Amino acid sequence: MLLAAWMLLIVVSIGSLFVGAISISIVDAFQAFVLGDTSALSSTERTILIELRLPRLFTAILVGASLGIAGVGFQALFRNPLADPYIIGASSGAALGVTVAIVIGWQATSFGLRTSSFAALLGSLFMVVVVLGIGSISRRSTSLSLLLAGVALSSMINSIVSLLMFWNEEKVIVIFAWLMGSLASNDWNSIASTGIIGLLGFVLLWSLSRPLDAYLLGDIASQSLGLNLVWFRVLLVIGSSIATGAAVSAAGIIGFVGLISPHMARWTVGPKHVWLIPMSACFGAMILIIADSIARTVVAPTELPVGSITALLGCPFFLGLLLFRSRSNDLLGGAP
Amino acid sequence: MNRLVAENLTFRYTDQAILNGASLELRAGELLVLLGANGAGKTTLLRLLARQLKPESGVITLGDADISRWSPRRLSQQLALMPQDENRISSLTVLDVVSLGRMPHSGWWSPLGKVDRDRVDEAIEAAGLTTFRERAITDLSGGEWRRMILARAMAQDATVLILDEPIAGLDLKYQYEVLDRVRLLTKQKQILTLLTMHDLNMAAMFADRIAILHAGKLIAIGTAQEVLRSEVILQAFGVHVQVIKHPTLESPLVVPLHEFHRPTVGVSYG
Repeated sequence: MLLAAWMLLIVVSIGSLFVGAISISIVDAFQAFVLGDTSALSSTERTILIELRLPRLFTAILVGASLGIAGVGFQALFRNPLADPYIIGASSGAALGVTVAIVIGWQATSFGLRTSSFAALLGSLFMVVVVLGIGSISRRSTSLSLLLAGVALSSMINSIVSLLMFWNEEKVIVIFAWLMGSLASNDWNSIASTGIIGLLGFVLLWSLSRPLDAYLLGDIASQSLGLNLVWFRVLLVIGSSIATGAAVSAAGIIGFVGLISPHMARWTVGPKHVWLIPMSACFGAMILIIADSIARTVVAPTELPVGSITALLGCPFFLGLLLFRSRSNDLLGGAP
Repeated sequence: MNRLVAENLTFRYTDQAILNGASLELRAGELLVLLGANGAGKTTLLRLLARQLKPESGVITLGDADISRWSPRRLSQQLALMPQDENRISSLTVLDVVSLGRMPHSGWWSPLGKVDRDRVDEAIEAAGLTTFRERAITDLSGGEWRRMILARAMAQDATVLILDEPIAGLDLKYQYEVLDRVRLLTKQKQILTLLTMHDLNMAAMFADRIAILHAGKLIAIGTAQEVLRSEVILQAFGVHVQVIKHPTLESPLVVPLHEFHRPTVGVSYG
């Protein structure tokens, strides 16, 4: 199943390269790149494919996959099927991080990563730690109250971001364009940077697969199976926040992908995290590629913000989820 | 590892003392049943013994070692705790969940070896879950769920088995089967078993020793004949009982004598 999904991802990816304001024939591209017939594509078409669409495709894959991974991580952490990086506030935290970086003009690169990646990473980590901190102080850290804390805090953070934009008029356009969520304007350096962070998040969360299965049974059960809950939660938070940071830094705030890909993955490969995590990554990538293809083509040559397309597609899906799978204990479940 | 000794355990939630100097000893091959009213502190005592809560004072030793110094994984190789209830949000299969019982031995990553798989199969069979192996745990009934948790605790292959109300919600047949299975396991493998329950007569039949917890203190500990006396039960549960001899066994039989509140005859509602 996983293999089939990855094959489908490849097909969707290749397909998306030939969708856009300027139509390029897949046959011509095949002749040009595989058979070496240089006359099959004009130099403009070549540039569009290699320098515009290909980086954009890679960004979509990395961002979508990272959101899919982060969604699985947060849904497990909060033991709640409604959690996703967007709802619990990790995305807002990352947005604040990047906004602050833009406002103060922080340009230093660290470990070969872009400034915005680094700031997004710190922001989302900060936010999740604050939410969990509130939970541990209140002594009533049910997953629902943690989610509510996340929702409340993310509105506050969003207001801070708005205020920062208000006070820094000259940078509004930069920040706003970034917040709307777009997969354009990522060069290969930033793609590499996103890829490294996303991969780090994936490896960390995937290595927690078996403990994650145990963790969903409850605190007592997972402790009895030898899990050090404190350290486990720290690793889980870091992994999920890293993945969120990777996505947000490359594409701004894109909602719903982190919520729906884990559910789609569960319906196809079941609840075991060792399969669920790669599958959710695959669905996340696919959803974002399709959403971006739609964003680029429906009113071409004008381009719609991809974040609004995912929300537009995601909302009916989410409502369907609520209506047709309303047995709450089923929502973190598996294949129907 | 033939003894688990808890000495003088004290525990409180903010200002309310839950346990007040409880001392207890588990011995190899012995089934100890902990009885007590709701809220007496049974689950707290169990979680302290499994080191899931930190006592305010007191020491717990297994063999000669102080378990507070052990890593969680080392402890889980020696001690399995079966919780009263678990989250029903993940629809793993019964086989998946029982296999998690091997995590303390296999670690987070290595695939389960033959020994692990054999232990899992044994535990599933012993818990009578063979036909449910591939069933999603969200589709299990309450009784099946308990048997599954018990199977996982058995698969964990620990020296100390701590079970929080393993027969709650089970019908009479499965109550017998589960207790019989646990008792057999305790004797065969010489493990140290502690469990809580609410049925005094079932405890009298299966326990080697019984401990009674009341208001954070162990008020009696010993064999069923020694402990199940009417004055002790009155103190612990606030119910008058008569203790008679079981018609066929040596164990005592506790019969409640409580007066029912009868509706008053002749009251007019009109």
